Amino acid sequence: MKPVLQVTDLKKIYGTGEATVHALRGTTMTVHRGDYVAIMGSSGSGKSTLMNILGALDIPTSGQYLLDGVDVSRLSDGQLALARNRLIGFIFQSFNLIPRTSAVANVELPLAYAGVKPKERRRRAMAALDTVGLAARADHEPNQLSGGQQQRVAVARALVTEPALLLADEPTGNLDSKSTDDVLQVFDDLNTAGRTIVIITHEDEVGARAKRLIRLVDGAIVSDIRQSPIHLPPVGAGFALSGRHTR
Amino acid sequence: MSFFEVIRFSLRGLSANKLRSALTMLGILIGVAAVILLVAVGNGSAKAISDRIEALGTNTITVMSTGRGGSSSTSLTKGMADALVDPELAPDVKSVSPVVSSSSATMTYEGADHAVATFVGTTPSWFGASTTPVGAGAAFTDDDVDQGRRVVVIGRTVAEELFPGVDPIDKQVTVGGALFTIVGVLQEKSSTGFNDANDTAVAPLTAVQQVLTGYGALTSIIVEAADPDQVDAAQSQVSTILNQKLDVDASSNSTPYRIQNASSLLETQTETADTFTTLLGAVAAISLLVGGIGITNIMLVTVTERTREIGIRKALGAPRRVILTQFLIEATLLSVLGGGLGVAAALIGSQFEIVGVKPVIVPSSIGLAVGVSVAIGLFFGGLPAARAARLRPIDALRYE
Ligand SMILES: Nc1ncnc2c1ncn2[C@@H]1O[C@H](COP(=O)(O)OP(=O)(O)O)[C@@H](O)[C@H]1O
Ligand SMILES: [Mg+2]
Repeated sequence: MKPVLQVTDLKKIYGTGEATVHALRGTTMTVHRGDYVAIMGSSGSGKSTLMNILGALDIPTSGQYLLDGVDVSRLSDGQLALARNRLIGFIFQSFNLIPRTSAVANVELPLAYAGVKPKERRRRAMAALDTVGLAARADHEPNQLSGGQQQRVAVARALVTEPALLLADEPTGNLDSKSTDDVLQVFDDLNTAGRTIVIITHEDEVGARAKRLIRLVDGAIVSDIRQSPIHLPPVGAGFALSGRHTR
Repeated sequence: MSFFEVIRFSLRGLSANKLRSALTMLGILIGVAAVILLVAVGNGSAKAISDRIEALGTNTITVMSTGRGGSSSTSLTKGMADALVDPELAPDVKSVSPVVSSSSATMTYEGADHAVATFVGTTPSWFGASTTPVGAGAAFTDDDVDQGRRVVVIGRTVAEELFPGVDPIDKQVTVGGALFTIVGVLQEKSSTGFNDANDTAVAPLTAVQQVLTGYGALTSIIVEAADPDQVDAAQSQVSTILNQKLDVDASSNSTPYRIQNASSLLETQTETADTFTTLLGAVAAISLLVGGIGITNIMLVTVTERTREIGIRKALGAPRRVILTQFLIEATLLSVLGGGLGVAAALIGSQFEIVGVKPVIVPSSIGLAVGVSVAIGLFFGGLPAARAARLRPIDALRYE
């Protein structure tokens, strides 16, 4: 089976001359279907840079990136849009919801670009909001929601198209422990359902719930540890099955 | 995504940014309305002037004395007016009306008095030549002029002032200490500008000379040509006769009188009015420019936010074409709506008199104003969107 994503000797250099920053120094890694990978590392170690390239939001300076076996650098603008829309669900650390637009409209957006009819769109967006426990807040605009709620809307938006690959850049970085738990629970469930997840975090307890832990230092992978088998549900999936969807 | 869906997206985008949408539209509205209205005011005043000149009659020639001091050698006299009625020397002249006028006559009736703006003394042909027909009653006759009878035809304003609700005909009024009998009331004349064309009274030349002005020089002589096409011919015949009478050297180009016909007057006045319109047009263009800068400003201020929004949309898988279409439709809707409302505002505004002028819309100004503001709206609404849509999503998201 083809790996979901495979990067080879990925390098990313920002700026020129004196101000040159080597954000990635030849990263190589492979992620298979159904895996749950946590990437950890100190601030400035290149985690976001890597994630943006994996999400096809940015391009590497050199190196190869195969998404579902396809070389991303060869994709046209239209094909890239399609990949971002169908294959990848991206969750930003800063939520990136569209302002003054209701939660449900935000969640509907990827479906609209996928050409889903309005009725079906609304139904699936509501289902996704229900998954993250926010169906009751569907009509609220981002500035009427707490940080945790906004992040959960962003999660709903990322999973509404049922992408095979979910990428999350510090999704719990701005959240309190309660909201962190809610979001992680959603990830555990999604992974149990067979979706591949790559998550960036600097919190050890978040990293501990993943099946595989990668540590990044100065743009290079220094350790890559399998914590639990890829074909079993993640360790966290067990202990919070009750108590969801109650708020 | 269907085109219809993109339109719905644009509408949602506009309503999500109500203040920005409203301000942009307001900017376009004001720019468009200002241009159309100012040009309409200029055009309206030009039209008012030409209407007034046309009301004088297009086949009349007016001869006025230029001698200020009233020295007898250069002033116009009744004799000269009579000399112009000459089928041999002036075959194209239809009628000649000598005119004296006084602007200081006060008319009194049963204790009420009214200062008549222009009290004209002339002959019956004047009514036709100056296109000032009598509405009620009758004009005076040549016989009245010969006999110096004190009869008078009054203007509408005078009638309303002195005879509110009363038929003035056959009433007797006092002017300059003499009794005049009212024989007619002039038809209402459209007056433009600041003096009221209806505040007038017309009486036989002889009577006015006797009572008000004395037997000195005439104020003017109004000559009516037989045909509008023969105005120029009549004018040169009149000059020839007058030059002879006043001993003016034919080669000299300064005459003690001024001779004007309505069409030459019309030309110079139209030129003046055109300058006026151009000037207002320039003012309007500046206001359009200022409005345009306002629109640009609002649009540019929101570029950061919009660029980030475009970054989000691209990250969610929006193709460039869909983003471009959405933002172009937004800009188009704003500009077209703002422009349309601006035209509507101008059309409504043109129903009212502005500084005493009834605006007359120039159709091409609507096209120009709407065209320019829509172009500005499209350009500054579309350009940042087009640029942002080309960025990599991550660069658009980082934009500040
Ligand atoms: N757009 C950019 N321009 C220049 N340097 C950048 C840019 N983005 C990130 N960097 C630099 O690259 C390095 C890695 O950044 P990043 O991937 O954001 O780290 P992390 O997410 O692990 O904190 C940092 O030193 C950062 O300063
Ligand atoms: Mg980061």
